[in-house]
Amino acid sequence: MTRTDATDVPYPDAQLHFGVFFQGVNHWTIWSDPASGSQIDPASYRRVAQTAERGLFDAFFLGEGLRLREVDGKVHDLDVAGRPDAITQLAALAAVTEKIGLVSTSNTTFNEPADLARRLSGLDLLSDGRAGWNVVTTDNAWTGANFRRGGYLDHADRYHRAEQFLTVARALWGGWSDGAIATTTDAPAWSAPGAVDRVREHTTQFDVDLAPTLPRSRQSHPVIFQAGDSAEGRDFAARNADVIFSAHGTEFDDALAFATDIRNRLRAAGRPSDDLRILPGTEIIIGATEAEAEEKRRWVRFSQVTQATALNVAGLLWNLDLSDRDADGPLPAEDPVLAENDGAFGARRIADPRETVARWRAQAEANHWSLRETVIALGPQRGHVGTPAGLAEKFLHFARHGAVDGFNITPYLIPDGLDDIVNLLVPELQERGGYRTAYTGSTLREHLGLRDPRTRRATNTRRAG
Amino acid sequence: MPTPLHLALEIDGDGAHPAAWRRAAHSPAELLTPRRSRGVAAIAENAGFTLVTLDDDVLPPGPAGAPTGRIGAVERAAFIAASTSTLGIAPVVSTSYAEPFHTSSQLASLDHISIGRAGWVVGVSPAPEAARAWGRPAVTGADAHAAQARDSVQVSRELWDSWEDDAVVRDVATSRYLDREQLHYIDFTGETFAVKGPAIVPRPPQGQLVVFAPAGLLPADQVDVTLVSEPDAASVRRADTPRSFAEVELALDTPTAGAAERIAELAGHAPWPDRGRLRYTGAADGLVRLLTELATRVDGVRLHPLVLDEDLAVLSQRVLPALLRARTIARPVPGASLRTTFGLPRPANRYADRLTPAGGVR
Repeated sequence: MTRTDATDVPYPDAQLHFGVFFQGVNHWTIWSDPASGSQIDPASYRRVAQTAERGLFDAFFLGEGLRLREVDGKVHDLDVAGRPDAITQLAALAAVTEKIGLVSTSNTTFNEPADLARRLSGLDLLSDGRAGWNVVTTDNAWTGANFRRGGYLDHADRYHRAEQFLTVARALWGGWSDGAIATTTDAPAWSAPGAVDRVREHTTQFDVDLAPTLPRSRQSHPVIFQAGDSAEGRDFAARNADVIFSAHGTEFDDALAFATDIRNRLRAAGRPSDDLRILPGTEIIIGATEAEAEEKRRWVRFSQVTQATALNVAGLLWNLDLSDRDADGPLPAEDPVLAENDGAFGARRIADPRETVARWRAQAEANHWSLRETVIALGPQRGHVGTPAGLAEKFLHFARHGAVDGFNITPYLIPDGLDDIVNLLVPELQERGGYRTAYTGSTLREHLGLRDPRTRRATNTRRAG
Repeated sequence: MPTPLHLALEIDGDGAHPAAWRRAAHSPAELLTPRRSRGVAAIAENAGFTLVTLDDDVLPPGPAGAPTGRIGAVERAAFIAASTSTLGIAPVVSTSYAEPFHTSSQLASLDHISIGRAGWVVGVSPAPEAARAWGRPAVTGADAHAAQARDSVQVSRELWDSWEDDAVVRDVATSRYLDREQLHYIDFTGETFAVKGPAIVPRPPQGQLVVFAPAGLLPADQVDVTLVSEPDAASVRRADTPRSFAEVELALDTPTAGAAERIAELAGHAPWPDRGRLRYTGAADGLVRLLTELATRVDGVRLHPLVLDEDLAVLSQRVLPALLRARTIARPVPGASLRTTFGLPRPANRYADRLTPAGGVR
């Protein structure tokens, strides 16, 4: 890691913000260990959320998948799957937590604003201002097969729809003036005439006319998260998001480059460069010593990348069914297939895998790796491994140099996988002055240190003027 | 001993009367707080109700002057589920415009969250304003709304079965978390939409949630509990479904005001709309007698109090204690599913013996 001069620290007072991502799909969640609990039992969700709250986390985060993943036309059977509807689960967690933010990943393609904005608003009110919405888009007909409109949306339109969706949602969230509800039971009406603005939007994606049914919450409206990484996705985030759940949090230089790019885009969008928080997704593996951490990393990786998973990951790269090969043997001798194969969904195929395969071959040969070891070493990489003190130093370096604002942590074990982070890492960060020692606010927006939503800032400015 | 009568309590808003908020024991804004949802549910659970129901729609709940705010019923239900331990919880989810796949996922999740205490009151949204709110082509006519309800319930029921109970196998030897032979595409094709499946949520603890529907909306074989609206007790009859509940609106004498006086006071603000339901007005012991009589005619009664804050107090202090003492009603047994409480079997999975699982060749 490159260390800069201590006097050249741009954000010396930076505080790390942690979220926890209860993932529910993908091979990062170890299910084979005896300590691995249920992926659907409400007790698992309560346990993780309450542990995160004990660790003073900003947010508990749930993903979304609207169709079970498939490989070659069959339901993918190697990874954890089967999870609750996010907003419904989070509304339950609102009842058993006090402070932590509750973030739902919800799709703008297969929802309508009247319904989804209302559900999110309800979560925001039931949690007294702790709701967040990770805005995602889909375009494929494969997911659409579960919905009324099918695969109706062109790829090029998915962000247009998302942006228009947010416009309608914000109008609904801001439709009630402050003090719209009567303060006494003998008032002329429950809500004053004219206190609620109807929302009428006629755009390329929406033709709606309705009265919003909920007031603002303590944090005005849900905090907006965004995770898209394309240039289009980044610009969308720069215009709309409060938090980016990024994929750039493993290497410092990559994280800083991403953060710098986002700050430039923010300014281009007319926003202050500190108007958005960057929380890369990550995994954190902790050991008392570096050697113990490394030992644990090996165990975690071999538990995550089983023989079958190694063959599946390699199969996606090679575009071949490798399920009958020996993962502990050498890499497949064949060249990868360049195909427009769309048999795998929810797993990403690589457009031109030849270069990657050549790199894998060279590294495997040099290091005498089996296919499985190669997948572990060179496959999708993520996460940080170390001692509590070492990780604390590293993370604060990231934060104090503006590379990240924190991390959205995916535990590799449910429901106890957060315990080491809360018990060991958080105190090290606190000792170094880089992590809160108590919640100072009560809303998700306050935890993240965000300004009022821009709709409110505009209103306040107008009022002031 | 005869099967006990089950009592459901409708807890949406401030009560069955559009002006109920004027007699509420809380400030108007309190209606939309978590404290309110938790508080009413706690009283209902402690009193011995079998379940609560929560009305809902995308449109504002009340006419002009009445409350125009309402948190979604599924969200409130999930919040209540996590705040209670034996109470059944059945939100209204309208079928006219909602995505059946989402509806199924939300309700299955509610059943997991409540560990088997969830039901679904199937609703429709006949007002044309609902179509404009959703931004969807209007469903017009009672038959078309009924068709949406029928297809939505069918999709939900098929999706709830699309995971067999033991689909999560965690087979370390073969590295398989799922047994895809126990996952099923539903391949539903209805009049206006198609749904592929399988569900994204594992099978609910009850197998199938308890489905409530007003008489006449759905084919009998889709319904577990019919909600029977009749203006007088003598005409209340069981429907051709496993269970039947009578709908009863009520206004009780309270320590500070008689029922008639309370109704008259609210009538100064708005009329109490006649929904064709049996309506009881008067003292607590009269309601005890009415419910005792209805126990011979139906399996349960859903109560719609005039003003929740006033009538629920009398229900919990006078009416339910008398019915519990007489063993006309019984508290849900801790740990029992709503189905078990109703004496309904846990349904077999419709796909369990099918030869075309999601992993197989079709």
